[in-house]
Amino acid sequence: MLRSLHRLPGLAAAILVIVLAASGAALSVFTAMERWQAPPARDVAVTTTAQLAGRVKDAFPGVEQIKRSPSGQITAFYFRDDVPHAAIIDPLTGLGIASHTRSPTERWLTNLHRSLFLGDGGRMAAAAGAGAMLLLSFSGLALLARRSGGWRKIFAAARGSAPGRWHVTLARVAAPGFILSSLTALVMFAGTFGILPKGSEPPAIPSMVSGQSGYSPADMPLLQATPLSQLRELSFPYAGDKTDVFTLKTDTGDGFIDQGTGQTLAWTPHDAWQRFNEAIYMLHTGHGAWWLGLLLGMAALAAPVLSATGFLMWLAGRRSRPRIAHNAAPGRANTVILVGSESGTTWGFAASLHKSLTAAGQHVHVAEMDRFAPHSYSHAERLLILTATYGDGDAPASARQFLTRLAELPAAPEMRIAILGFGERQFAAYCAFAHEVARQAARKGWKSLIPMDTVDRQSPQDFARWGRALGKAMGIDLELAHHPAAPRAHQLTLISRRDYGAEIQAPSAILRFALPQRGMLARLSGKAIARFEAGDLIGMMPRGSNVPRFYSLASGSDDGFIEICVSRHPGGLCSGQLLALRPGDTIIGFIRRNDAFRPARNRKPVIMIGAGTGIGPLAGFARANDSRRPMHLYFGARHPRSDLLYEEELRRWHAEGRLETALAAFSRAGKGAYVQDIIMRDAARLRTLIENGAQILVCGSRDMANGVQAALAEILLPSGLTPVALKAKGQYAEDVY
Amino acid sequence: MMKSLAAALLLSTTLTLPTAALAKSVTFTTTLNRYGGNGAYLAFYVTDANGNYEGSLWMAGGNSRYYHHLGGWYQATGGNPGEINGITGASVGSGRSLSVTFDLADALFDAGYQLHIDAAAEDMRESPSDVVVPLTSQGSGQATRGRRYVSSFSYSM
Repeated sequence: MLRSLHRLPGLAAAILVIVLAASGAALSVFTAMERWQAPPARDVAVTTTAQLAGRVKDAFPGVEQIKRSPSGQITAFYFRDDVPHAAIIDPLTGLGIASHTRSPTERWLTNLHRSLFLGDGGRMAAAAGAGAMLLLSFSGLALLARRSGGWRKIFAAARGSAPGRWHVTLARVAAPGFILSSLTALVMFAGTFGILPKGSEPPAIPSMVSGQSGYSPADMPLLQATPLSQLRELSFPYAGDKTDVFTLKTDTGDGFIDQGTGQTLAWTPHDAWQRFNEAIYMLHTGHGAWWLGLLLGMAALAAPVLSATGFLMWLAGRRSRPRIAHNAAPGRANTVILVGSESGTTWGFAASLHKSLTAAGQHVHVAEMDRFAPHSYSHAERLLILTATYGDGDAPASARQFLTRLAELPAAPEMRIAILGFGERQFAAYCAFAHEVARQAARKGWKSLIPMDTVDRQSPQDFARWGRALGKAMGIDLELAHHPAAPRAHQLTLISRRDYGAEIQAPSAILRFALPQRGMLARLSGKAIARFEAGDLIGMMPRGSNVPRFYSLASGSDDGFIEICVSRHPGGLCSGQLLALRPGDTIIGFIRRNDAFRPARNRKPVIMIGAGTGIGPLAGFARANDSRRPMHLYFGARHPRSDLLYEEELRRWHAEGRLETALAAFSRAGKGAYVQDIIMRDAARLRTLIENGAQILVCGSRDMANGVQAALAEILLPSGLTPVALKAKGQYAEDVY
Repeated sequence: MMKSLAAALLLSTTLTLPTAALAKSVTFTTTLNRYGGNGAYLAFYVTDANGNYEGSLWMAGGNSRYYHHLGGWYQATGGNPGEINGITGASVGSGRSLSVTFDLADALFDAGYQLHIDAAAEDMRESPSDVVVPLTSQGSGQATRGRRYVSSFSYSM
């Protein structure tokens, strides 16, 4: 619901909002520029409106009007030789200092901004655009709060794809501007169309005048009592028209003065509504608060970027949700699959599962978790739930009602249930919603088909493992092959390899592949490999399997090559093939972004901890550290003479200042030490670094990462920080396997 | 005679007559200065020799919320939209011309009636009675200059 509230106005009103925001931003520049032509405040302070009017009348006998803009600029409009002119006035002399022409561009922009050149219909459209902007701001903030796990956390580091991060980062800054701009726009619209009162009407032009003329404005009491700082507009009577009067508008009211006697004929003070409307006008346009106008203008510039990134996010979500062929009706299905998906990736797994089960002769129904309707599953023998988790353990978009419906059931259904959670281990609330579903189902007494399982980072292996367990329970042979969103794969050619670990019977290697098909043509045609950074993943497709294995990249596309570290897994199909590659041999692979695991974009120190081939991405971060931010590497290997990966580079990078610290622990040399041990030895220093905001990046096996986390928890004990809290803040990230 | 004409004017609220029996076809041509602003609102109305409002002929500008800027017309009519029902058109841009043809009662001419044009444009000085011309047979075809917005006005029959 909330998501639709954000998506629908975003898609429907994008162009309108972009036009309004861009024209508003351009107008704010004009407003700020006007400020430069305002006279100095001390000149204004010593001048009354009467003095100014007298001086201007002397300098410009044909003057018909003097205006003081909210920015303070004073302009006289006068006739000379029957042609209207305008001049910017120095209040001390009454003389013109520059001629004044209202920019046609500014007028054009104003008309575009408020009515799209379409009169009242255009004003209504513009108001609808402002309404859309307001709705987008609030629904977007609410979405962000929900995604980050609470309003207090909306300023946590943005995660996800590049469009997603830009969208969130910009929106957080620009949202207050959008809200102020669109709210004030709507109030102005309501005033223009009489929905809100405009305030006191200007007084009627008096019919009784002296019929004389010639009284000097410099002597008029009302003008003498009006400081220049309060003047808005003084209109002189038309020459030769003895029934005409002086018309004065000030910050506090409007009135008329007799041109023959100088007496005040009428005076109407501004009422509260008028003052309110003027304040709204100032807040919206920045007239009288140029800096605010510029700030709002800059915020408005974010609108086109937000529209574009939002559209990309929508497109990505749409593409990732597959079409389900031969979806069985709920009443006919013997297997029901329910999907809880936020971004659509879980749907891909559900589609693969549906396809494989259908191929195995099952009647399978797939639906969103919110469509849970057990009474209609009359032939179902089993219910399979595939669900992601949103934020800090909330239900994803398509599963918000599920737990309520489950709780409302009088008793657990007969069919068996199997639950598979999707998530990323590095987040604290890993598969928390799936666990909650499992807990609630168990509390209902719902019998399980197989125990709950999880899939980390869309791992095809995890999915296939669960599939085998499911097939076994169902008495069928089920081989689930799914790799998400069929990325564009490339043939990668090995250009060099460095081998380690042969002496200790633990072979590993740094493999370097050529970047395939670079160049503009390939890039434009979409055939070039995606841009990537160290810490992103590469999915390698070993021969004889269509399930990719993921490796962390030790290089970025700017390095001009693709580099990974591989060690032999006993019986590992992919690591075996990779370690058998000779320069010139090829393998198929594709890039997968991994935005959560890379140095934050700031100048704070980075603490990198790894072991074995886990040093790969950490070495890549150091290699890319051109800005020489403080990077501290702690890593573990077995023996300095056999598997110290990147030894020469680490020495060079340390000498070049890319690495401030490079400390190694060797488990099979000397007394034997693990990476946790050298961390503990540096405890005081690490604590200080982390207290000052240093980021922690850990890469390696799950066991090593758990050991490091325990060590860090101990180190941080005196400071009151915990690894869990740091992870929630995005200050502690893991890439584990 | 005068009384009955005035009564007829009040009844119809406008000065045009449906038949050509006692009327002639008159074309008003109004050209505006290049004052460089948004489109100007123009109110065309008739007063007697003493300046008392008799009726409206044309309103150039469709949005009633701006009518109070046409001071003379607004004061005389209180902004009553009934006064200009069916005789309203678009506002006139800077430097543009407006040409309107009416069937005007013969009795309006050479009887001391005056035509007024009030003019106003957004954020610019208002100009009530920008043009004031007597309606006479001899005046036909003679151009008049307004004091602020109208560079030339003439009527021809």
